[in-house]
Amino acid sequence: MTEIKNNLPVIQVKGISKSFSGIYALKDIDIDIYAGKVNAIVGENGAGKSTLMKILSGVYHDYEGQIIYKGEEVKFSEPKEAQDRGISIIHQELNLIQQLSIAENIFLGREPQNKFGLVSYGEMNRIAKLQLDKLHLVVDPSTPVSQLRVGQQQLVEIARSLLLDCKVLIMDEPTSAISDKEVKLLFKIIKDLTSKGVAIIYISHKLNELFEIADCFVALRDGTVAGSKQMKDVSRDQIIQMMVGRKIKNNFQKEDVTGDNEVMKVENLTFSHPVRRGGFLLENISFNVKRGEVVGVFGLMGAGRSELLEAIFGLHPSLVSGEVWIEGKKVEIKTVKNAINAGIGLVPEDRKLQGLILNMNVASNTSLANVDKILTNGFLSKSKEAELSQIFIKKLKIKVSSKNQAVKNLSGGNQQKVVIAKWLATHPKVLLLDEPMRGVDIGAKDEIYNLIEELCRQGVCIIIVSSELTEILRISDKILVLCESRLTASMTRKEATEEKIMKAAIPAI
Amino acid sequence: MNSQYVKETLLKFQSIIALLLMCIALSLLSDKFLTVDNTWNVMRQISVNVVISVGMTLVILTAGIDLSVGSILALCGVITASLIKFGIELPGINLFIEFTILGAILVSILAGGVLGWFNGFVITKFKVPPFVATLAMLTIARGLTMLWTKGFPITGLGDDFAFLGTGWFFGVPMPVWISAFVVVIAIVVTNKTKIGRYIYAVGGNEVASLLSGLNIKQIKIFVYTIAGMLAGVGGLIVTSRLDSAQPNAGFGYELDSIAAVVIGGTSLSGGKGTVLGTVQGALIIGVLNNGLVLLNVSPFWQQVIKGLVILLAVIIEKLNSKER
Repeated sequence: MTEIKNNLPVIQVKGISKSFSGIYALKDIDIDIYAGKVNAIVGENGAGKSTLMKILSGVYHDYEGQIIYKGEEVKFSEPKEAQDRGISIIHQELNLIQQLSIAENIFLGREPQNKFGLVSYGEMNRIAKLQLDKLHLVVDPSTPVSQLRVGQQQLVEIARSLLLDCKVLIMDEPTSAISDKEVKLLFKIIKDLTSKGVAIIYISHKLNELFEIADCFVALRDGTVAGSKQMKDVSRDQIIQMMVGRKIKNNFQKEDVTGDNEVMKVENLTFSHPVRRGGFLLENISFNVKRGEVVGVFGLMGAGRSELLEAIFGLHPSLVSGEVWIEGKKVEIKTVKNAINAGIGLVPEDRKLQGLILNMNVASNTSLANVDKILTNGFLSKSKEAELSQIFIKKLKIKVSSKNQAVKNLSGGNQQKVVIAKWLATHPKVLLLDEPMRGVDIGAKDEIYNLIEELCRQGVCIIIVSSELTEILRISDKILVLCESRLTASMTRKEATEEKIMKAAIPAI
Repeated sequence: MNSQYVKETLLKFQSIIALLLMCIALSLLSDKFLTVDNTWNVMRQISVNVVISVGMTLVILTAGIDLSVGSILALCGVITASLIKFGIELPGINLFIEFTILGAILVSILAGGVLGWFNGFVITKFKVPPFVATLAMLTIARGLTMLWTKGFPITGLGDDFAFLGTGWFFGVPMPVWISAFVVVIAIVVTNKTKIGRYIYAVGGNEVASLLSGLNIKQIKIFVYTIAGMLAGVGGLIVTSRLDSAQPNAGFGYELDSIAAVVIGGTSLSGGKGTVLGTVQGALIIGVLNNGLVLLNVSPFWQQVIKGLVILLAVIIEKLNSKER
C-alpha cells in the first residue's frame, strides 16, 4: 500500500477477518483511513463493505484482527461506544425516528436537561437550529422528521453526527436517494468537514461522484482488498476492473424491438389522492407496451412513478380507475392475485421491506408467489421446490452457500435477484421493476441488464421505473416521463435526449 | 469447526436437553416421578395445554396473539354439557332437539370456530390489534358462560362422554390420543401445505406477502378460527374429565399456552417457530408442575419458579439468536 502522507492514519485496520456460519465475509483485510480526507470504499455488493463498516461502528465485535484507532487498539462492544469515541455512521437506510422532531432526533439519548431533570426543549431546539444552519437546512427544528424529504433527513443524520463531535464519519451510499442539488450541498458539507480534520469513509457505487469528492479509495472484492490508490492516479475503468476482476461490457445496447405485437395497453389510468379531495396521484395515464419492449418511466421524486406500478398491480383498487388490457383482453385487476393471474409481476422498490421474507430461505422466497407450482397431491414438495429454486440460482447467478440459506444473510444484489426470481417463476408477460438497480453494484447491475435483455428476447415486456437518467436512456425502447401525476412525454430511444427528458420532468411553474 | 458443530447441535435440541435434565433430576429427587402412572399422569395433564397451544402457535406465527382461548374453552365446555344434558328446548314454538354426544361435540367445536372466526374478522376487517380484539373476546366469552350457567356448574354428563377425558384406548389415555392427533395434523399443515407456508410468510413479512399475492385476511382469519376450534376441543377434554362444565374453567389457560409457545422457541414477532417446539414447551411446563408437586414445593413458590423458567428459556433463546 502506498503511503499517502507522512502523518499516521486515524484508523488502521489490521488483518481483519469475519465469517458468518463458516463463510468468510472478510478475509485478512488491511486498510488505512486518513484524517481530513475522503476515503472511498468501493466494491460489488457482497464484497464485504457493509461488514467492514459494521465492525468499525461497533455492531459486530466477534472478528479476528485488530483495529488501531488514534494509535491504540480498540474493540467496541456496541455502536454507542464507537460513537462516544468519535466514530459515527450514517446508514443507507436512515435511522431516524419518524414521529420525533428534528431536534429530538439529533439529541436522541443525550437530551439536555434543566435543573429539575426535565428535558429542556428550548435549549435543544436552539442548539439544533445552529447545527441545521451550518448545513443550510432551513427548517424549524421542532418539525417531525416524517415531514422531511429523504435528502433533508440525511442532513439531520449529519447534524446528529456533528453534535457528537465525530472524528470519523462513515457514509453508506449517501446519495442514493437525493436530488442533484442536494448532492452538491452534501459535497460542500463533506469538504467543510474534511477541512476541519474529520475523516470521511465514503461508500458509493457512483464512481463519477468519487472522482469529484474522494481523495483515495480502497476496492474490496470477495472479502479481500483488491487495490487501493489515490483517486488522481486512477481511471474509472481501472477502478471497475479492480472491483469486478473482469472486463465489463460497459455499453449495454438492447436490441431493437421488431414488429408491433401489443401486449399491454393502459387507458386513462387515474389514481385519486387518498387524503386530498379532488387531488390525484396519477391523472389519465395512457400508454401501450409491445412484445419484448422495455418501457422506462422517469420522473422526479413524487411525480407518481411508483404509484403507476402500484396502480397497475392492483394495490389500490378503491382509488384507481381506468382500463388495462393484456393481449387484447380487458383485465379486471382488483387484487395482487388478479394481477399475477393476468401475467404481471412487480419487483418493488424496497426489497427488504416489500420484496422478501428475510427469515425464509432462497427456495421458499422463490416459490412464494407461485406455491401451487410446487405442490404434489396438495402438499408442498421439497424436491420440486429445490428444483425450481435451483433453476433460478443458476440462471440469475445468485451467490448462495446453499438453497437453504436465509435470504437475510445474502448481499443486496443477490437479494434483489431472489425477488426477480420469485416473479420469473410465475412466467410473467409484463414485469414491473421499481428502481431495480438501487443499492446494486456494477457487476450485479450488468447481470440484471443482461437478464432484462434476455427476458425481452423471450417476449416478456418490462416497465422499469428509475430515477437515474443514464440508466433510463440506456435500457429503454420507449421512455415515459411523469411530472406531477401527469404523463408529460412519451418518446422512443432514438428521439430521447437527457435535455428532452428533464424538460418534461421538471414542473413548469 | 467441530466444536461449532457440537454447539449448534446443542442449541438445536436445547429444549429436549433441558427436558431430559429436568427428568433426570426429578427421578433422582423423587421415587414417584419415573413411574408409568406418573408419566401418563403428566401426559394427561398437559394434553389440554398442548391442544390449545397448537392453535396459539399458528396465531403467534402470524405475529398475532390470542388471549381468548381460556374463555372460549369454558364457553364450549358449557355448550357441550348443556346440549348433552338438556338439548335445545324452545317452549314458545314447541321445539325440542335432543343431542347425541357426537352432535354435542361437533356443535361445541363449531362454536369455538365461530368465536375464533369473529376474532379474525374483527382483526382483519377493522384493523383492531389482536391483543385488544382477543382481550375483548376473553371478557365476552367468559360473560356468556356465566350468563348461560348463572354461575353454577353443569354436572352428571354420563359415562359415555366421560370416556373422552378419562378413558383409555390401546393403553393410552384418550386426552393423549386427542392431543397427539392434533399435533400430527398441525405439523403436517405447517410444514407440508400451502396455508402453512403462507402462515410463516405473513408473520415473516406482511407487506412482502401482500405483494406476492397472498390473501392476508384469509390467512389470519384461518389461524384465529383454528385457535378457537382447538379451544373448543380443549373444553371437551376438560369437561369430560371433570364430568362437569365449570363456568370458571380454563381461567388463565391463555397464559400457560403462550408460555408453552414461547418456551418452545416461537418468536412473538412472527414467522419463526414450530409446533414441535411448542409441544416441548408444554412438556417442560408439565414436568415442572408435576415435579414441584411431587417435591412438596409450596404452590406459591411453584408460581415463582414457573415464571423464572419462562424467563430463562426466552433469555437463552435470545442469546443464541444473537450469536448466530
